[in-house]
Amino acid sequence: MKRPERIAFRPLVRIWSVLPRPNAASLPDLIMFSGGLALFYGVVEVGRNWLGPFTPHVEISRSLGALPVYAGYSLLRIALAYVLSLLFAVTYGYIAAYRPRAERFMIPLLDVLQSIPVLSFLPGVMLAMAALFPGRQLGVEMGAVLLIFTGQVWNMAFSFYASLKSIPREMREAATIYRFNWWQRFVQIELPFATIGLVWNSMMSVAGAWFFLMACEQFGDFRLPGLGSYLQSAADNGDTRSILLGILTMVAVIVLIDQFVWRPVIAWAEKFKMEQVESASAPTSWVLDFLQRSRGVALFRKRAIRPLREQMIHYFAPKHEVRAESAGENKVVLWLWRCVGIAALGAIGYAVVRVVMILTGLHGSEFHQLGIGLVATFLRVNLTLVLGALWTIPAGVAIGFNPRLARIAQPLAQIAASVPATALFPVVLLVLIRLGGGLGLGSIVLLLLGTQWYILFNVIAGAIAIPTDLKEAASVFGIRGWERWRKLILPGIFPFLVTGMVTASGGAWNASIVAEYFHFKGQTYSTVGVGAMISEATDAKNFDLLLASTIALAAVVVTTNRLGWRRLYRLAETRFKLEG
Amino acid sequence: MTDPIIRAQAVEKFYVQPDGNRIEVIAPVDLDVEPGKIITLLGPSGCGKSTLLRILTGLSKPSSGEVLWHGQPIASQNAGVAIVFQSFALFPWLTVLDNVEAPLEARGVPALERHKRALRILDTVGLDGFESAYPKELSGGMKQRVGFARALVVEPEVLFMDEPFSALDVLTAENLRNELLELWLSKKMPTSAIFIVTHNIEEAVLLADRVIVLGKNPARVRADFPIELSHPRDRKSPRFVELVDYIYKIMTQPDLALAVPDATAAVQKPARQKYQMLPHARVGGVAGLLELLQDRGGKEDLYRLAEVLIMDAEDLLPIVEASVLLGFATLKEGDVEITAEGIRFAEADILTRKILFRQAALKHIVILQQIDSVLHAKTDHSISQEFFYDILDEHFSQDEVERQFETAMNWGRYAEIFDFDRASHRLILAEPTGEPHPPTTTPVQL
Repeated sequence: MKRPERIAFRPLVRIWSVLPRPNAASLPDLIMFSGGLALFYGVVEVGRNWLGPFTPHVEISRSLGALPVYAGYSLLRIALAYVLSLLFAVTYGYIAAYRPRAERFMIPLLDVLQSIPVLSFLPGVMLAMAALFPGRQLGVEMGAVLLIFTGQVWNMAFSFYASLKSIPREMREAATIYRFNWWQRFVQIELPFATIGLVWNSMMSVAGAWFFLMACEQFGDFRLPGLGSYLQSAADNGDTRSILLGILTMVAVIVLIDQFVWRPVIAWAEKFKMEQVESASAPTSWVLDFLQRSRGVALFRKRAIRPLREQMIHYFAPKHEVRAESAGENKVVLWLWRCVGIAALGAIGYAVVRVVMILTGLHGSEFHQLGIGLVATFLRVNLTLVLGALWTIPAGVAIGFNPRLARIAQPLAQIAASVPATALFPVVLLVLIRLGGGLGLGSIVLLLLGTQWYILFNVIAGAIAIPTDLKEAASVFGIRGWERWRKLILPGIFPFLVTGMVTASGGAWNASIVAEYFHFKGQTYSTVGVGAMISEATDAKNFDLLLASTIALAAVVVTTNRLGWRRLYRLAETRFKLEG
Repeated sequence: MTDPIIRAQAVEKFYVQPDGNRIEVIAPVDLDVEPGKIITLLGPSGCGKSTLLRILTGLSKPSSGEVLWHGQPIASQNAGVAIVFQSFALFPWLTVLDNVEAPLEARGVPALERHKRALRILDTVGLDGFESAYPKELSGGMKQRVGFARALVVEPEVLFMDEPFSALDVLTAENLRNELLELWLSKKMPTSAIFIVTHNIEEAVLLADRVIVLGKNPARVRADFPIELSHPRDRKSPRFVELVDYIYKIMTQPDLALAVPDATAAVQKPARQKYQMLPHARVGGVAGLLELLQDRGGKEDLYRLAEVLIMDAEDLLPIVEASVLLGFATLKEGDVEITAEGIRFAEADILTRKILFRQAALKHIVILQQIDSVLHAKTDHSISQEFFYDILDEHFSQDEVERQFETAMNWGRYAEIFDFDRASHRLILAEPTGEPHPPTTTPVQL
């Protein structure tokens, strides 16, 4: 047996001789080594900038050479926000799943937080960050990161919570009877079980981050260097060439992330599927294959990950002598939780009082305006959904029923969907303004651009899921035309359609803030709606109105979800479920 | 007598309803697990045998009573138990080897030793060469071997098995059973007692040194007797057949006198009138059984029937019970005999069958009588399902209420007593098709 740990003490020449010789197999290592160098350079650059003095209004260069740097900054913000989101989601989901008393208010709270649009968090986040890091660029940067975070985190938290809740009973019992400690449960059961849900929700969250990037990088007097602010500045100046270049860069970055991050992760997450038999067509990724061939990665796993894992096992093992179930709550811990609960209640109470005070300070006319705005946005959102459904249902079914068409159309649609609609806004606006339409019509087009994909993808999935024998039965009995739609297709895709519409509805409400109010060529275009009110209130620093309109919007979204969508959901899950 | 490893003293499980009414799932049970024995716990489906297993392992707490591990309360102990699960409960993202090593990791066993012990036990259960496979690559039988290996690697004093073979096909199950027995008899397992929960009577007689039969609603020990047949046991031997037949008899006759008088029965206050419990059988099953009975001369041994139909007691018994409840058959000493009504039903055509079933149902089935009379009494001839859930809630646990209602729906719809609208959750009075009302279908008053 070789004893690898001795290598470190050998002279340099010897080390060189044990390093892999440059041949085809070491190419992966070479590339990864270069990648590491590049990363190091990036960290130094960013550190110099962020720890430097505070420059509230960065001049955005619209030169082509600046684009990669801006893209890098935006990417870094999104990545940081994503890491924060992941940590928060796991913690929040974990507590909610295992503490029934906390669960009772944490889950409804999630519902409300999810319906609050990103921009509404802006003033609070910015003030807090400016206070935490006075006079440093870091404060503003952290503010932007937190803003992106508020757009990403909620659905991930919910996904993790739901996964924990659905771990099979016998699996939990096995963990208890074999005395798994806390760490082992977490790493060997809970995390793996939640991985697939987390991956898909992460993809959605990051897509959402691109969507709101323009709003997150430029707000009020602040402006940070990034792709979002680049696009915004190009739009302000009506610079079509820069807009197009910016969009192109963004699409390129998104496609690269898809290839280098999401595809490998999805292919890797395949092993966490709770299936009893191996599925025939598992997703693959050339990047993952590449990594798995890399000797460096293998070495890293052997030298770093495995010993670390061993350390964790031994660190946690002796601590868990008493069975988890019978251990009972520690008195101190219990009191600690009670204190946290009381503090939270106190904070909520205080907040409610403040809110009431602020709301009573608003003018009657503002409430009137708010009411009209809500109705307008409500109509706009639902009109968008109807329009979206009208074209996506036939198109999605056509694609889903025709495998050859699906093979061509699906990747195309995926790329189209990955382009953040916000980035397209300037182009669309340009066209609309030339045609003479205002933002009233435009906002619907913009909402549609942002949300129709959710419906389309779900309809395609639904159409594919309709069993062949049902289709054959329909054609044998001569069910054709409208009858075929009524009896076979619509009921078949119903559960998928509902899922798509729910997601699209949530997305549309959120997108209304950017769709109803837009800076373009030094002008502000806006239309009647609660989204426009929120944006306007943010710009004008009218925090009272911002608060009022946010509460109203959240209330409407939560209510429609409870009264409308959730019922349809239940119907979809019971009556229209295709059971095997 | 050796001291028991596990001793359950008057363990009981019940749910207290909001109105203070207790739904008893397990009546007070005393039970010892002694070393050197394979004990099987038999009982009809849904009787609470799995719950009892979980209480004995310390996984769940009894509502009252106590479980002792070598004389100490089990909750405070690191009891040396392991469970083999019906669904295998393997972790699909871990390889076979990692699955088996996981319990050792929990105990902080160093990597090298962990590896050696896991490999040794995989070798014992015949999984050589599958160390790096993932569970989804394995067949059901192989998966359950991993389940065995994972349980044995911790060297449990008592190995618990919860229906370990019932998710497997007949041949695989038989093979695995024999291998388990071989390991046990040759003392290759580091285990001093095995406790198996099953609903398969033959399996129990094949493996056990001691058989405990549970009755249902609530679960209570109906019989507890040793089996002294030597291994390997011959299924065709007269003693084997006799034992299987005997257990069938106990399981089909709820009021058969118990061998051991129940000490707690005397002090219990008289229970409320028991509500009729529907066996979970479908009408098609009842019809099939009656046809078969008539084909075979009207009378047949239960054990033989199970053999002919290749059915477990778990699947067969509800059908037999339903036929008896409806007055289509009688059950005596483990023999089923078709009645005159049953013969008429078996010989009738589809429409007549419906009428006969309707008559029988309204004559014998309490819940259907109640539904029928309520529906007739109401002017709109319809009623929400909640009404019946409320009636059933008084007598059964939540899951059982669901099953009772489902069975009542199945029977009532077939008999055309009512129709059930799933969208509105309402029962609606149905007008029987075909002939005008025969006079006998007038509802029986309560």
